[in-house]
Amino acid sequence: MLAAAAAALMAAMALMLIRALLGPSPYDRMLAANSFGTKTVLFIGLAGFLFGRPDFLDLAIAYALINFVATIALMKVVRYRSLQASLSVHRGPGEAGGG
Amino acid sequence: MAEAIHWTGGTLALLGALLTVAGAAGALRFPDVYTRIHAASLTDTGGATLMMLGLGLLAGLSLVTLKLALAWLFIMLTSPTAAHALANAAHGSGLRPQIGLWRIVPAQAEDGDQTDDGDGA
Repeated sequence: MLAAAAAALMAAMALMLIRALLGPSPYDRMLAANSFGTKTVLFIGLAGFLFGRPDFLDLAIAYALINFVATIALMKVVRYRSLQASLSVHRGPGEAGGG
Repeated sequence: MAEAIHWTGGTLALLGALLTVAGAAGALRFPDVYTRIHAASLTDTGGATLMMLGLGLLAGLSLVTLKLALAWLFIMLTSPTAAHALANAAHGSGLRPQIGLWRIVPAQAEDGDQTDDGDGA
């Protein structure tokens, strides 16, 4: 049953990979990358149980944190074209008049 | 009793994986960035909850359960946050939600606001 769950997760990851390759806007690709990372966390935890080594859960926790930071950093690069942009000074292209 | 807990845990993990597949299919098939974000983020948190619950039932009460709860907590904290930031960034970049066959245009559209996600919908 766990093997079936792992296969289903692999199928979901393949679908997300297709969306990341197709996705018209950069935000589709970022969404696909983020969702792929979450599925990877689930898959690592599941693989630990499949192989009888639940220590893999440490890797899953670390991957969850890295996934979130990577998504936010990717969003910042796409929005400001740089990782060094100061968030308090620069504005995104669509919110010039916002407070 | 142990057998019943084992089967329940496996079924919950499988249900979580199937929910994740449904969300991935939605993210692949939906017409708009925002609907895709909706499908993917909701099913990610739901599928993670179901799967961590099932794996926790399989593991029994030990350190493994604590690690599962921690991973679940991180996913529950970060996945909605990332989804919100993503939708906020998409909205800030000029992408408008699509309603039916039409796309919402702001009242005083700027001249340079030609952003379209280009899937021809």
